[in-house]
Amino acid sequence: MATVEELKLRVRELENELIKCKQKQNAMEDAHNQALNRPKIDKMSAEVVDSNPYSRLMALKRMGIVEDYEKIRTFSVAVVGVGGVGSVTAEMLTRCGIGKLMLFDYDKVELANMNRLFFQPHQAGLSKVEAAEHTLRNINPDVAFETHNYNITTLENFTHFMDRISRGGLEDGMPVDLVLSCVDNFEARMAINTACNELGQIWMESGVSENAVSGHIQLIVPGETACFACAPPLVVAANIDEKTLKREGVCAASLPTTMGVVAGLLVQNVLKYLLRFGTVSYYLGYNAMQDFFPAMTMKANPQCNDRHCRRQQEEYKKKEATQPKVEVVQEEEEVVHEDNEWGIQLVSEVSDSELQAATGARPDLPEGITVAYTIPAQDAAAGDTVEETEQSLEDLMAQMRKL
Amino acid sequence: MADDATRRTVSNIPLLKTHAGPRDRALWPQRLKEEYQALIRFVEQNKAADNDWFRLESNADGTRWSGTCWFVHELLRYEFRVEFDIPVTYPDTAPEVAVPELDGKTAKMFRGGKICLTEHFAPLWARNVPRFGLAHLMALGLAPWLAVEIPDLISKGLVIHKERNSG
Ligand SMILES: [Zn+2]
Repeated sequence: MATVEELKLRVRELENELIKCKQKQNAMEDAHNQALNRPKIDKMSAEVVDSNPYSRLMALKRMGIVEDYEKIRTFSVAVVGVGGVGSVTAEMLTRCGIGKLMLFDYDKVELANMNRLFFQPHQAGLSKVEAAEHTLRNINPDVAFETHNYNITTLENFTHFMDRISRGGLEDGMPVDLVLSCVDNFEARMAINTACNELGQIWMESGVSENAVSGHIQLIVPGETACFACAPPLVVAANIDEKTLKREGVCAASLPTTMGVVAGLLVQNVLKYLLRFGTVSYYLGYNAMQDFFPAMTMKANPQCNDRHCRRQQEEYKKKEATQPKVEVVQEEEEVVHEDNEWGIQLVSEVSDSELQAATGARPDLPEGITVAYTIPAQDAAAGDTVEETEQSLEDLMAQMRKL
Repeated sequence: MADDATRRTVSNIPLLKTHAGPRDRALWPQRLKEEYQALIRFVEQNKAADNDWFRLESNADGTRWSGTCWFVHELLRYEFRVEFDIPVTYPDTAPEVAVPELDGKTAKMFRGGKICLTEHFAPLWARNVPRFGLAHLMALGLAPWLAVEIPDLISKGLVIHKERNSG
């Protein structure tokens, strides 16, 4: 009789075979679609005929909304995270005729993702970037695609990620025009933040809360506006009583609506930023419970933990000093970082000492936006520190193995 | 955050000093030594308290960790493989601990078998950068998760005790 291990191995073999079959099928479909697909279009035309996919976009120019719509083809955008927000973001940019899309994701399409937009059940098991490229290329063959199927937060991949965003633009060796963060976790956001601060790369952050009823987008210009490490994570208050929010038994909820709205807000901001129309948002929140959209701008924090953020701030200051002063009318509330003892953020089931520890410097934020937590100035944990040791790393590794 | 017992356990783990991640070639080896020192002390303390429950080891450059953890329920020992990578942003962000064989069995997990930590973990970790290390992650992240999830998975029949003679 086969052992469990042997059966597991067999399952894996069959899974791999299935993936190969799917890839073969996709390649066949590609060939088939190629026959059906329109040829590439050299120059965007404003001519209104049923065969022109760009006529309604070029109408923006005729109407005077956008000065030069064709410019969209000169831009390259990197989308990190091709999940509920990132896939829709990539589709919108593809349909708008962006020049180049670079996609990063390490995940596979799963049936559990089918409450979201974009991916289809028959793509289950394929890597998200591969499945996305396949669909997007069919929608618009004029877009150049580059995909990377890996986790950007590990050492090796991170180096490659930095190299690609700094040299993988439309013109080889040039940086991409924008990096869009559509990831769902803190580590990946911090990794993107680290890379962009080091490179001076302008990027936009996006996010949907774990309870699926709020989200945000944020434009980050290193050295100028607050980076992701300048303050504790910002959250859009959805006015839900923490005590009634049941977290037992689930990690996160998700709604295609909230993700679609956030992707729409994100790409709208991208288009306004790249094509220079309307007002570009620095931070725009979305509270789905009350349909409230808090907005603000937040300057970089001179005490930011990221030394590259501080370096970019110095460079920005120098650049500003050499430029003639331009009066900017600030419509939104501006956020300053100061030691503002806000009182205590109540979390259920906390002790007095934890309440005290929960009090830290809190940026002065407009109504509807808050920080996930605060960092107190004094040490939170007291106790012994590891002692100086004569042992080498190898000794310690060996000691650990012997335990 | 956690109950009194966890609090006491954590306060006995030595704190780390070196603020360095794997991209910091000069200081990462020092941080790695401190990680091992804290982990060794933590395992020794667990053994002394008759609550030995995990082992971890890393690759040579300390960026990839794996090991086992075990949980005793009604006198039976259940063992699971644990693994995680050190993110480039460590120690500013904690690694995502995975128990791959439980992937798909509980809603308290993200894809790839990454465990879903309580809302108290992130603020606690952020307030203790760079003093908290992997031993703290085990005590405050994995231990409470196992304590809640494993009995539940056993009661639902999703985790079944491996008979000694099956392998
Ligand atoms: Zn910063």
